Amino acid sequence: MATCSWWAWRRKARITMLEPYLAAVPYFGWDVLRDLQELFRYAFMQHAFEAGTMVALSAGVIGYFVVLRGLSFAAHALSHIGFAGATGAVLVGAGPLVGLLTFTMAAGGVMGALGQRLRGRDVTIGLVMAWSLGLGVLFTRLYQGSANLAIGILFGQIFGITTQEVAVTFIAGALTVLALVVIYRPLLFATLDEEVAEAKGVPVRGLAIIFMVILAVAVSEAVQVVGVLLIFALIVAPAAIADRFTTRPSRGVLLSAVLAVLFTWAGLTIAYYLPYPVGFFITTIAFWSYVLARVLSAVVARRATGRVRPWREEQVRHSP
Amino acid sequence: MDRSIPPAIVAEGLAAAYGDRLIWQNASFTVKTGEFVAVLGPNGSGKSTLLRLLLGLTPPAAGSLEVLGKRPHRGNAQIGYVPQRRNIDRDLPVRGRDFVHLGIDGNRWGVALGNTADSHQQVDQAIMAVEARAYADRPIGRLSGGEQQRLLLAQALAGGPQMLLLDEPLASLDLRNQIVIAELVAELARANKLTVLLIAHDINPLLPIVDRVLYVAHGGVAIGKPAEVITTEQLSRLYDAPIEVLHDTHGHMFVVGLEAESAHHDA
Repeated sequence: MATCSWWAWRRKARITMLEPYLAAVPYFGWDVLRDLQELFRYAFMQHAFEAGTMVALSAGVIGYFVVLRGLSFAAHALSHIGFAGATGAVLVGAGPLVGLLTFTMAAGGVMGALGQRLRGRDVTIGLVMAWSLGLGVLFTRLYQGSANLAIGILFGQIFGITTQEVAVTFIAGALTVLALVVIYRPLLFATLDEEVAEAKGVPVRGLAIIFMVILAVAVSEAVQVVGVLLIFALIVAPAAIADRFTTRPSRGVLLSAVLAVLFTWAGLTIAYYLPYPVGFFITTIAFWSYVLARVLSAVVARRATGRVRPWREEQVRHSP
Repeated sequence: MDRSIPPAIVAEGLAAAYGDRLIWQNASFTVKTGEFVAVLGPNGSGKSTLLRLLLGLTPPAAGSLEVLGKRPHRGNAQIGYVPQRRNIDRDLPVRGRDFVHLGIDGNRWGVALGNTADSHQQVDQAIMAVEARAYADRPIGRLSGGEQQRLLLAQALAGGPQMLLLDEPLASLDLRNQIVIAELVAELARANKLTVLLIAHDINPLLPIVDRVLYVAHGGVAIGKPAEVITTEQLSRLYDAPIEVLHDTHGHMFVVGLEAESAHHDA
């Protein structure tokens, strides 16, 4: 993994070699084909799109279940625990992705095994999370490399991704999506109606552990794109938006995945033309999309309350 | 009841424990196929545990138990189960129909592929059976308690069970809805020849419907017709405390003397 990202390099480039930079100003205009050619002109952009798309797909799909199971904070904590893993791995000479995966999967397994007991344990999770960040800071210092290592893990470094990392990301992403497809119905059952699912023979506890391990893999991948700190943008935001527009689980999963991919593509595209970090663009797009979604669904809801709905007579009678 | 039909539930010397603590013991009773049994008793007496035993989710501490001719086992497709309900999140982005659907294929791996018309038809039938068509496509968290209860009942019915285990389906409903839901359950049980065990706190909405009452209290279990079990003598013996059963002119029964026991009864 490169220790400095493309935008940082380019910013430097602008100062030191102003003329050639201006000569190579990237094309942007109404010619879509030429836009695309421009976007994919460099290998680093191709890699970013390949890895980013797969990461977004898996983040969007698993994000739907993260929101439904009320695990947003746990997902956030997982990524922070991954920070300690990533920096620790670099310290001992391994790749950051290895450390990320090891730490998040172990933590995910423990969280899954705790299951229901994890609910309402925000303080405990928060403390583990803070301690992990602290460990990461220590490891970064011990490594004595550049602070870029930490920055890259904290805020993502999709433009520095290597061919080999693209392959790993692609396989890991495909596996998470495949695993979720396999456990889709029992997972939905266990999420919505744990007791009945258990009575119907669904291995509720086993599924909780498997889910957290899959989440750990998805989080580790997403860290490469948006980093440890901005994980909410890819895992939680698309699903939260999807939930406002559909009440069908299958459509919710698909919409969440599509939104995650669109956010990533848009973020990567804008970041190619502007000298600012891609994490900023993706989180900005996610945030404002969420605001827009809330406003839109509130408007729709307000219009609907104007009408008389016979199916809700009971509720209307009980409402204050 | 025809003698040739095997009983739905046979319990002999059955005991239930929660961890190390024995909740009740020496329970011997038989529930006939097609019978409607109300399960009564104070909170924490082990009513829900009885259902968990029947579902095979908790092993018996002692004794033997047979459900529909077999030992209880998890994932029994012949039992429809509606557990005690905590509040469903108002913003849960899932339709009532999706809940019902899970009752059919929620325990199968993978996603539904190919021809799903069959299962959709089953879902429609279950929703129609509980007369919930008008609101089945609304988010379930936005429905009233009675509407939710109907859809959860539809979920239990969707798998085509022979037995229904209902844990306090009447709780948090107003009196009118209690009677409506109780009658709906009785009607469905008759139409589909279902054996029903229904946990309740108040026998009165169920009096016109139930065949027998199973009383769980103070470490023991008693079963019989309401008029036999809910008597001053029986309950005083079961609770080992002076208890009085009063009757009003409509034939309703009121249990008096359980104030300490039932302080949180109506919560």
